[in-house]
Amino acid sequence: MFRRAMADPRPEVGITIDGAAVRAREGDTVAAALLASGRDVRRRTAVSGAARLPFCMMGVCFDCLVSIDGVGNRQGCLIAVREGMRVEVQRGARQVGR
Amino acid sequence: MRRDYDVAVIGGGLLGSAIAWGLGRLDARVCVLDEGDIARRASRANFALVWVQGKGLGFPAYADWTVEGAGRWPELAEALRYQTGLDLCYERPGGFHMALSEREMEARAAVASRMAAQGAAAGIELLGRDELRRLMPQIGPDVVGASYCPMDGHVNSLRTFRAFHEGMRGLGVDYRAEAPVEAIEARPGGGFELRTPAGEMGAARVVLAAGNANERLARQVGLHAPMLPTRGQIIVTERTGRFLDHLVMTIRQTDEGSIMIGDSKEEVLEDAETTLRVGAVIADRARRIFPALARLNVVRTWSGIRVMTRDGFPIYDESTSHPGAFVACCHSGVTLAAQHAFVLAPMILAGRLDARAAPFSARRFADAPATLAA
Ligand SMILES: Cc1cc2nc3c(=O)[nH]c(=O)nc-3n(C[C@H](O)[C@H](O)[C@H](O)COP(=O)(O)OP(=O)(O)OC[C@H]3O[C@@H](n4cnc5c(N)ncnc54)[C@H](O)[C@@H]3O)c2cc1C
Ligand code: FES
Repeated sequence: MFRRAMADPRPEVGITIDGAAVRAREGDTVAAALLASGRDVRRRTAVSGAARLPFCMMGVCFDCLVSIDGVGNRQGCLIAVREGMRVEVQRGARQVGR
Repeated sequence: MRRDYDVAVIGGGLLGSAIAWGLGRLDARVCVLDEGDIARRASRANFALVWVQGKGLGFPAYADWTVEGAGRWPELAEALRYQTGLDLCYERPGGFHMALSEREMEARAAVASRMAAQGAAAGIELLGRDELRRLMPQIGPDVVGASYCPMDGHVNSLRTFRAFHEGMRGLGVDYRAEAPVEAIEARPGGGFELRTPAGEMGAARVVLAAGNANERLARQVGLHAPMLPTRGQIIVTERTGRFLDHLVMTIRQTDEGSIMIGDSKEEVLEDAETTLRVGAVIADRARRIFPALARLNVVRTWSGIRVMTRDGFPIYDESTSHPGAFVACCHSGVTLAAQHAFVLAPMILAGRLDARAAPFSARRFADAPATLAA
């Protein structure tokens, strides 16, 4: 759906999405890295289970909720990727204690 | 065009709308006169418990009234669902009142034995820490034990409120917002004139269901409603997967997964603020009860003003100086919603509160006027 600009000179950052290794770029937000990964990164909402992707990319809509390093319901559009980050697409509600 | 009604209900909160819905089902011509959207309403701010445990301590008739009301909730939920299609999410998983110290546990034991001594129908069991842990492995190390009552339940309270309003409309009840009653006057031939900024209304009977404002309105028609409102604050977390299969008096998980944490009690009547001082205390207790809650994000907090009579028990009454004038107010309008719709409304239409309502007369207050029906 999204292609990276050819001339993007930023260094790569390695993260995992649902356990699979993905090359993101330094300065990507988690939401941007998910969208650029080419994977199916649609989350499922907590109540109706509707499919959602990051939308506003600026912290307002909460449609980018994602589990990062084992902590659920984090806003992927507000958090920059870090080397080794474990990202999981959240399918349904967060679980208490995670 | 002006119309005359069989009954005018003053106040469109949970009490007024339950009573008006009950009257509408009996084919009465009813109007509800209410304030506008931004009015204070306990009915929009409550914790949504259908709570039985410990209710009516020192007042056996209230204990029975509560048990009966909780028992009729399934019937109420079904009637409203049938009419409006709304699922009120009524459940009765049983409720725990947690003790975080030996002293709190002694207090639970005292309530249980006093309720048993007054012959309460709702048994309260005491559970020690180990027994409790078998039922609720999530509890933290500070929990000493709990009291438990299998009759405690909960609902989706905002949806209940909406269902009453949709139900009223479906039954032809005339609901008027932005129509606060300023004055109630007795008509010479019987019945009442109600003055509002939206015009005058006539009705054969009038029910005061205006929450804490009943105190002022009651005086106009020889009734008595001494109120002592308090403020409660509530914290709501993000939605989570199922975490609680039971209720805790101060912590519950809603049908959609949010965890609600409540509720404090302050003698402050400002509902447009919440305070960190109180929020921190209730959140800390919740965290001690269930440590896993500590990592959840809070998404909302709010304050609500309780409709509270001076002694905390309901008031249902009728006037002798103004026949046809009734008053209804109570804390626990969620718990008692079925009683108001199914039991109180027919009495009002019949024009006479019967023996079941008699114990709740304001005659019990030392400063009651002589105009209350005996
Ligand atoms: C924090 C909190 C937690 C609670 N938790 C629970 C719980 O878990 N379980 C439970 O059973 N109960 C609970 N309650 C109590 C419950 O919410 C109330 O008992 C119930 O909402 C009272 O309904 P009401 O219609 O009497 O009052 P309100 O909801 O206050 O409504 C009064 C209505 O009268 C209107 N009014 C006022 N003056 C006039 C006038 N002059 N003319 C016309 N209309 C007027 C107002 O606009 C309002 O619509 C809680 C309350 C609070 C605040
Ligand atoms: S994409 Fe809207 S809040 Fe993150």
